[in-house]
Amino acid sequence: MLHRNRRLIAVPLAVLTGTLALSSCGAKAGETTAGASGAQSCVDTSGDSVKVGFINSLSGTMAISETTVSESLKMAVDEINAAGGVMGKKLDVVAEDGASEPATFAEKAEKLVRQDCVAAVFGGWTSSSRKAMLPVFETNNSLLFYPVQYEGLESSPNIYYTGATTNQQIIPALDWLKEQGKSKIFLVGSDYVFPRTANKIINAYAKANGMTVVGEEYTPLGSTDFTTIANKVASSGADAVFNTLNGDSNVAFFRQYRSLGLSPETMPVVSVSIAEEEVSGVGVENLVGQYTAWDYYQTLDTPANTKFVADFKAAYGADRVTSDPMEAAYTSVYLWKAMVEKAGSFETDAVNEAADGVSFDAPEGTVVVDGDNNHITKTPRIGQVDSTGLINTVWSAPEPVEPDPYLKSYPWAAGIAG
Amino acid sequence: MDVIGSQLVAGVSIGSVLLLVAIGLSLTFGQMGVINMAHGEFIMAGAYTAYVVQQILGDAGLSLLVALPVAFAVGGALGALLEQLLVRHMYHRPLDTLLATFGVSLVLQQLARDIFGAPAVDVRTPSWLQGNVEVLGTVVPWTRLFILGVVVVAVGGLALLLTTTALGRRIRAVVLNRQLAETSGISTRATDRLTFVIGSGLAGVAGVVLTLVGSTGPTLGTGYIVDAFLVVVAGGIGQIRGAVLAAFGLGLLQAFVELSTTASIAKFLILVIVVAFLQVRPQGLFTVRTRSLA
Repeated sequence: MLHRNRRLIAVPLAVLTGTLALSSCGAKAGETTAGASGAQSCVDTSGDSVKVGFINSLSGTMAISETTVSESLKMAVDEINAAGGVMGKKLDVVAEDGASEPATFAEKAEKLVRQDCVAAVFGGWTSSSRKAMLPVFETNNSLLFYPVQYEGLESSPNIYYTGATTNQQIIPALDWLKEQGKSKIFLVGSDYVFPRTANKIINAYAKANGMTVVGEEYTPLGSTDFTTIANKVASSGADAVFNTLNGDSNVAFFRQYRSLGLSPETMPVVSVSIAEEEVSGVGVENLVGQYTAWDYYQTLDTPANTKFVADFKAAYGADRVTSDPMEAAYTSVYLWKAMVEKAGSFETDAVNEAADGVSFDAPEGTVVVDGDNNHITKTPRIGQVDSTGLINTVWSAPEPVEPDPYLKSYPWAAGIAG
Repeated sequence: MDVIGSQLVAGVSIGSVLLLVAIGLSLTFGQMGVINMAHGEFIMAGAYTAYVVQQILGDAGLSLLVALPVAFAVGGALGALLEQLLVRHMYHRPLDTLLATFGVSLVLQQLARDIFGAPAVDVRTPSWLQGNVEVLGTVVPWTRLFILGVVVVAVGGLALLLTTTALGRRIRAVVLNRQLAETSGISTRATDRLTFVIGSGLAGVAGVVLTLVGSTGPTLGTGYIVDAFLVVVAGGIGQIRGAVLAAFGLGLLQAFVELSTTASIAKFLILVIVVAFLQVRPQGLFTVRTRSLA
């Protein structure tokens, strides 16, 4: 019986290894052809429309977040088409599902660029999906617009990063905590690249600014048991918690946190992965009074935002909310349009040439592209969750912050980038 | 705060969640030998039942209590359906069952996504379960004590059912020797169906209680299914007391290892310890000696 079982297990294993071998051959074949044809683009701009690609997870665990991004991307394209398109050409969207799998993202990105010949691709969420797509865009010399805050330390000539890098989200949040007189910080995060990198930066910041990191805890992604961690937080004597937990883990963490009698008054939690969209899932009652660090909130009072929120609700329902990644995605389409129009061409090299200094009056305020690192200026804001589940700005940087993905302008951060 | 005390309480509290998700499985997998990968989705269905009941009744406290029996019925109904349509055709083909029920679990997840949407829904905690109480010099949330209470009732009820009722005797007879049970006039078919329904119903109950701990989303069950199998395997297949001991053992182990290391390492070490333990005792903590030849 045992032997029979072993043999049966060996079958799927063999299939799996076979697939792996095949897929690695496929990647190599792709590289050679790309090398042979060079950076020759197949983008067809002769007609009265031009194709753009969306790549978002419409299935799998990330679908919760990424479908909202695909909705706001679609809204931007619809608006642009209604206003006459880009350089007189209507945008024709080819949407692909990344299925929450980095490998699928790479494969679909390859398809969008090489088969569909899109002029630019918008999407991606997790850092692993972006890292998987990066070589595809670099070898084919095409463009990806990535709309989510991330851990920095990256700058590809083929990716435009319209979400915050660390000096536009994490460092301002630390500045704010310091300003509030918080000196003992507890770090809680999911165990993957973003929290690990973020916490490395926080540790370096704390050392340079007289703050102490009194605890640093990671849980496996999707973990729902925070009994021990909450006990550690409660007994650590921390003044504040810096939370880089992702997704569902937040619910379990905040429930446990609150039931131990901890509150925003006694020990505030600053979260960098909870936006308007996530609040209802975590439970408003668990989050009221807690803080978030982003560059955009639905409640921002700018004319562009009033219109953005009203249009989004009109398109997708009055009970829907808008969040930072959605706004960054919406903005990314307009920035691409502005770059193309400035360049007078859909060609990647021409667009890159024109990118520096291109600006857009986004819902979060005016943003400007930095052609050196392909990031954009953003205004960091600390928000507080209110009883309706929206987030109100309680602190805002005096002016937009220049992107600095490698933290070169921060002496204490030397060594992190290396 | 007394660290040992607080981790003891934490361990019992983790253990009670483990036991809750494993108790239904200890019937369907443990007693019947059916590898039901959709068990996690029955838990998820129970959690969504709690959500729906709360949407209808409004009051969080009342709806929690109402949801417990309703979720048992929902889980049981799903179990009956699965057993009738799929599992009974594969009783002697564990690998086929594994793959087929895995497929069912994916279908159920997508169904939940289509009905309730991909984002997690919010199930409110009743006001009388908010806050905490001091036990052994450490702060314990009321929700955790409630979970412990539900587990004690569920396990106690199941143990009584198995040992004192006619149905329980039939279930055990079928587990010990199917042919002999059948020749003694027991309808093994009816017994199988009922056992599966009860096990699945308990998964539904677990789902309701888990809404107090974490988020309620389509993938709720996948997070618990591995732990549930771990408990049943470590405890010894076919043994309720094995599952109880394994659940609390693993809970305490998790709490103390995590205290001195990290959550990720604790998870890893526990897997290593369980695997090492199964090398020494492949049959788990306890075994049933049967006269069957399998």
